[in-house]
Amino acid sequence: MGTMELVSDVSALFGRHMRHLARIPEKLLSVTLMPVAYVIVFGVLFGSAISVPGSDYRSYLMAGIFTQMMLTNVGNTALGVAGDLGNGVVDRFRSLPMSRSAVLIGRTLSDVALAVIACVTMAIVGYLIGWRVHQGIPKAIAGFGILLLLGYAMSWLGALIGLLARSAEAVNSIAFMLVMPLTFLSNAFIPLNGLPGWLRLLCEWNPVSAVVAACRELFGNTSTGTGKSALPVQYPIPLSLALIALLLAIVVPAAVGAYRKAAAR
Amino acid sequence: MDIAIEAEGIRKRYGDHEALRGVDLSVPAGTLLGLLGPNGAGKTTTVRVLATLLEADEGRASVAGYDVRTQPREVRRRIGLTGQYAALDERLTGRENLQLVGVLHRLGRRGAKARAEVLLDRLGLGQFADRTVKTYSGGTRRRLDLAASLIADPKVLFLDEPTTGLDPTSRLILWDMIREQLAGGVTVLMTTQYLEEADQLADRIAVIDGGRVIADGTSDELKAKVGGERLEVTVQDDAAIPAAVTALREVTAMEPVVEQPGRMVSVALCDQLKTVAEAASALDAAQVRPIGFAVRRPSLDDVFLALTGGTTSKEG
Repeated sequence: MGTMELVSDVSALFGRHMRHLARIPEKLLSVTLMPVAYVIVFGVLFGSAISVPGSDYRSYLMAGIFTQMMLTNVGNTALGVAGDLGNGVVDRFRSLPMSRSAVLIGRTLSDVALAVIACVTMAIVGYLIGWRVHQGIPKAIAGFGILLLLGYAMSWLGALIGLLARSAEAVNSIAFMLVMPLTFLSNAFIPLNGLPGWLRLLCEWNPVSAVVAACRELFGNTSTGTGKSALPVQYPIPLSLALIALLLAIVVPAAVGAYRKAAAR
Repeated sequence: MDIAIEAEGIRKRYGDHEALRGVDLSVPAGTLLGLLGPNGAGKTTTVRVLATLLEADEGRASVAGYDVRTQPREVRRRIGLTGQYAALDERLTGRENLQLVGVLHRLGRRGAKARAEVLLDRLGLGQFADRTVKTYSGGTRRRLDLAASLIADPKVLFLDEPTTGLDPTSRLILWDMIREQLAGGVTVLMTTQYLEEADQLADRIAVIDGGRVIADGTSDELKAKVGGERLEVTVQDDAAIPAAVTALREVTAMEPVVEQPGRMVSVALCDQLKTVAEAASALDAAQVRPIGFAVRRPSLDDVFLALTGGTTSKEG
């Protein structure tokens, strides 16, 4: 299978998913209204009530809100994949002389494109409520790069879940049970130094914490006085990249295998 | 004659359930094979194996001259598949669906566009082309699904219950489209629950039950297996039944069968015209006034029921 053919298949499927954006209201809301609501609820509401040392809480929170948004890719991709599987579209694709991996690559890439739209929306709303980056634009872009990589890994994880669970109900509950602890057992919304030791250790080794910490560093929204921390929070940039790479290395082959099996029933 | 679809000893097992237990099929190029069988007989599994969606555990199959196991991509270039449910993207318009399938079939953007227009036109879908599939009726959906499977001019077409759930008009339209493909030299494997459909379209019919082909032949050959024509006489009241039985027994020298609820007496016919005439006068002489008097050939339903032991069901 040539690379050119793969690119052509992926771009055709990418176009398909972008058309969906205009035609499925829930999907459009998930990249417009939802990010706005996230920033306003978490940023303004919590941000006004809590303070962290060395930074204003609103700015501190933004990296956490961005990261939380990336985690919603699990559910988005899983629902899309389960839907295609359920209504026979995957059967159609499999009867065509197209590249096997194009279906999942097209799906995950387009969900990342949606995450880009969500990030832009959130950055604008964040700016309006007073969030600023302090390390220059290139570092801020690098921060968004890490976020989108996380979003991509989460999409592949979602693809795997969608292929295994197959029904929208199951997908929703699995995605929720997975994303909830990942988000809240992390430094996304709270500084970790107030936590008891074991919980703090758990939260610090949560890959989400590394991504959030990396973004805070690249955006210049860090809090001072964190005390001694576990490795991921001390070196968040290399470690978040490494953890995302590890996740992709596990999830991509698993999803491709699951696709082959799930479709062949 | 060229054989376009050939299967030998296809077996497929799901856990404890053996879905296919050695299916053999052979379809000459340019003909339609109707695959009949009750629900769960293995019709769809057979189609899925032949269309390269599913790998068989055992056996060998070739489609359009290519082995489904070792050359699936070559097979996929030459087949069209229309599933039980219309496998289309609901949120895209009819035109967009066809173009997408065309591009994925490697027709190129321009080629896919042109081909989509031709098919929209030919299948009478022009007025629906720019509406999302979500808004389509069942019949329109099936037509678009068929159009999608025709996008790359397939040599072999798999139709898995193409008209299940359709109204009679849509069914007739679809039948015409299938006939058009056959006239163009396309080979078709069609599963169906409707015996009439197989009777109308199929050159040959294979009856599948319990994962095995239990009978095959032309429609007439299968009907002949079940028996010849019968004369059916329906009388007005129960009191007339014995007289009718006696009269028919004398004429045909066969034992008539009585179906009590319908007050119908039937008997096998040997020499049709002569026997029918004699039966009519014998009944008249016995003062039996039939309200129904008909010669019936066995239908494919009779074949089906006789072969599969009455496990048929018409649910989707």
